Amino acid sequence: MREIIKNGVRIDDTFAEAFPMRGTAIIITAPNLKWARQAATTMTGFATSVIGCGVEAGIDSEVAADKTPDGRPGVRVLLLSMSTDMLQTQLVNRAGQCVLTSPGSAVFGDLDSPDRLAIGDSLRYFGDGWQISKKFLDRHFWRIPVMDGEFLCEATTGLTKKAVGGGNLLIMGASFATTMNAAEAAIEAMNGVDGAIMPFPGGVVRSGSKVGSKYSGVPASTNDAYCPTLRGVTKSALDADVGAVLEIVIDGLTESAVADAMRVGLAAIVKLGPKDGALRVGAGNYGGKLGPFHFHLKDLLP
Amino acid sequence: MTLVFTLKQEPDQRLDLSPLVPHLLDGKSAAEIAAIELQTTREKRTVGDVFNIKAGEAGTIRFEGGSGRLDNLGAGLKSGEISIEGAVGHAAGHDMSGGRLTINGDAGPFAGTGLSGGRLEIKGNAGDFLGAPLDGDMEGVTGGLIIVRGSAGDRTGDRLRRGTIVVEGAAGDYPGSRIIAGTLIVLGGAGRLPGYLMRRGTIVLGSAAGLSPTFVDCGAHNLVFASVFARLLRPDSKGAADLLEKRLRRFGGDTAVLGKGELFFPA
Repeated sequence: MREIIKNGVRIDDTFAEAFPMRGTAIIITAPNLKWARQAATTMTGFATSVIGCGVEAGIDSEVAADKTPDGRPGVRVLLLSMSTDMLQTQLVNRAGQCVLTSPGSAVFGDLDSPDRLAIGDSLRYFGDGWQISKKFLDRHFWRIPVMDGEFLCEATTGLTKKAVGGGNLLIMGASFATTMNAAEAAIEAMNGVDGAIMPFPGGVVRSGSKVGSKYSGVPASTNDAYCPTLRGVTKSALDADVGAVLEIVIDGLTESAVADAMRVGLAAIVKLGPKDGALRVGAGNYGGKLGPFHFHLKDLLP
Repeated sequence: MTLVFTLKQEPDQRLDLSPLVPHLLDGKSAAEIAAIELQTTREKRTVGDVFNIKAGEAGTIRFEGGSGRLDNLGAGLKSGEISIEGAVGHAAGHDMSGGRLTINGDAGPFAGTGLSGGRLEIKGNAGDFLGAPLDGDMEGVTGGLIIVRGSAGDRTGDRLRRGTIVVEGAAGDYPGSRIIAGTLIVLGGAGRLPGYLMRRGTIVLGSAAGLSPTFVDCGAHNLVFASVFARLLRPDSKGAADLLEKRLRRFGGDTAVLGKGELFFPA
């Protein structure tokens, strides 16, 4: 594998292999940003990977009060899944358990698309007959009486079948501390990209996985080729100077959002340099035969 | 280019203008349009008898000069735009489902009856039974938006089912009578018994009115849906938006019937 060196950081000549997903976006508002974020954080908890969570979700961005439908501070949340059915189920379960329950909250669809997913159209039954349907031209809302007043929820939100999941960067550094520096710098830059989320804790995953396992019935297992403690005993992908590896996984509503997030993340890692940051950056793929989206690191370099 | 009809003089009988809508005029020549019959009596009156025609694309139609005898203007409008510089008679925008109808004058009774989509704006006053069902119809407005810049008569929005009606002036007696659902906003207050026998739906009045005793006080609230509607309505009616952003006192009713409706006044 030929290497490219940028500001002392070795960039693998490889690509991240990503997959088509179903995605949606909503805006959660509340009387203040603290409670809008609280509802969004609760809703996107336990949503790191479709392998075990059904959906991958995260906060895309904060939305200023003058940009939300109700003039209150808001947070835009993205949810992605492998099938429309699973996305629909997860959206309603999470909105019902985590947002409907959160003080002062309201939910609005935030994706333009002819394909729709129900939110209020399902949650309205909580109203037990006291729910109120409100339409204004092509917008449809449900008002559900709750103990602090009313929960307002848009009837539906848009569904995109062109979402992309599985963009990734493998950040390799000399120690945990320097690798974490690089990962944090990358995440901070990537958080600024609209339409993309990094669903793992704080955006970073330390337990990268490979498909399959020696044990039957286990769909994914540790990525031993990137485990520094196994460098001598397994077919390792790591050089002698690498002491820790962290991965950032990116999901986006479009292919270009994923590419943009990877681009700014890579730029932040390169800018930090190898001494306090990453020695090397790679990406995960399955040989290019499984996923239709290939993000080549060399095309995304600053 | 706009298709323009200029009224020659006050018509000598009521005229039915329902044939003069974009989807019925599309592709017709000026001569063919001039031959269309508009009479409502045995005396034949064609478009050419009543109007001077300036040919143009049928998607945008303008009437120069109005009369209280011009009935059914914009009836069945599906898309495109119709405007009139002057008054109209009975049932303007009857069964409209899309497009825009703008009346730069007063409208007669039953304006917007059967409206299911699109936008009807009356710059002057509206007569009685704004958006109310005609004889034999079960529902009044079932979608879209009606805005009256002036005042409206009695029984405004009767049997409203869906959609939004905004009256920037005052409404007469029994506004929102028998409404099934939908939203009626009257900035200038109302006459007797607003929301009489309403089942569901929302009526917002700019000032308190004498309510039927079958309405019950539900307290003053700042509801999120009102701020959402305020923001959606602001481009069309600043007054309605300002009213909806106030703290509003909610009255539930009419408990003489289903009782799931609501009436709001500024608290």
